[in-house]
Amino acid sequence: MASPWFRYSSPATFYPLAGKMISWFSGAAAVLAVAGLAIGLVVAPTDAQQGDSYRIIFIHVPAAWMSMFLYVVMAGWSAAALGFNTRLSAMMAQAIAPTGAIMTFIALWTGAFWGRPTWGTYWAWDARMTSELILLFLYLGIIALRNAIDDPRRADRACAVLALTGVVNIPIIYFSVHWWNTLHQGSSVSLTRAPAMAAIMLSGMLIMAFAAWFYSIAVTLARVRTIIVERERGAAWVATLREVRNA
Amino acid sequence: MSEFFAMNGYGFYVWSAYGVVALALLVELYTLRSRRRAVLEEARLEQPDTPALPGAAE
Repeated sequence: MASPWFRYSSPATFYPLAGKMISWFSGAAAVLAVAGLAIGLVVAPTDAQQGDSYRIIFIHVPAAWMSMFLYVVMAGWSAAALGFNTRLSAMMAQAIAPTGAIMTFIALWTGAFWGRPTWGTYWAWDARMTSELILLFLYLGIIALRNAIDDPRRADRACAVLALTGVVNIPIIYFSVHWWNTLHQGSSVSLTRAPAMAAIMLSGMLIMAFAAWFYSIAVTLARVRTIIVERERGAAWVATLREVRNA
Repeated sequence: MSEFFAMNGYGFYVWSAYGVVALALLVELYTLRSRRRAVLEEARLEQPDTPALPGAAE
């Protein structure tokens, strides 16, 4: 365990490192969000077909990407927690769930307010929307399961098993627009072909995606620090923390 | 300026989306901050013999 990679797998060493990273990631998120919103709401021109309703894309797509990406990361930490029995991995999984749930809610909500003017309905039970709703229930189920189990180590294992089971939903969300005939449109951006949108719109959306990414990292790190203090509060190193002594 | 908020007739949809996103993120940040304060306070109460650092009250 002498490898530098394992040095930070202990909550006591990760706690101060996470504290330093939060200011960097939140600063980057704020700068990118201001730039992305300026492009999305002001610089980018009105869409020829959808008018200004398309501007919802600048929050909808980044939130939808994050909702799936955070789930995969949470499942990865869950697998590590089960495989290596490391406390910090389980704490990371625990810290990601609320932000994942919020990103999923944002994707659904902004989708509804984009769907109404473009398709004429806030909601349809099509494969993309239904599987994204199931993703929200997975996140909420994992949070509820943890709250229902008193022993944190048992909660870690139960939540990890549920998170890993739910991973099957991620490819279903991602490929739903190909596998089924959905009201939801296919992807506008893919790795295999040129994006089906103007460069300025694409750049605004990608900047917002990075903002969402850095925001999620900053908030997750802040939450994992709180979880560390909560779960390690009996440990000697927690007692020496300045913020604990002055709380 | 009012033209900007009107969004060519789509103002209701655009601002309903952006407004709720702003609200959701604010709620997340506020909840996180109050949780952190409560947890730090709890951790301090577990160490009743440790005196507060002088002159560094928050």
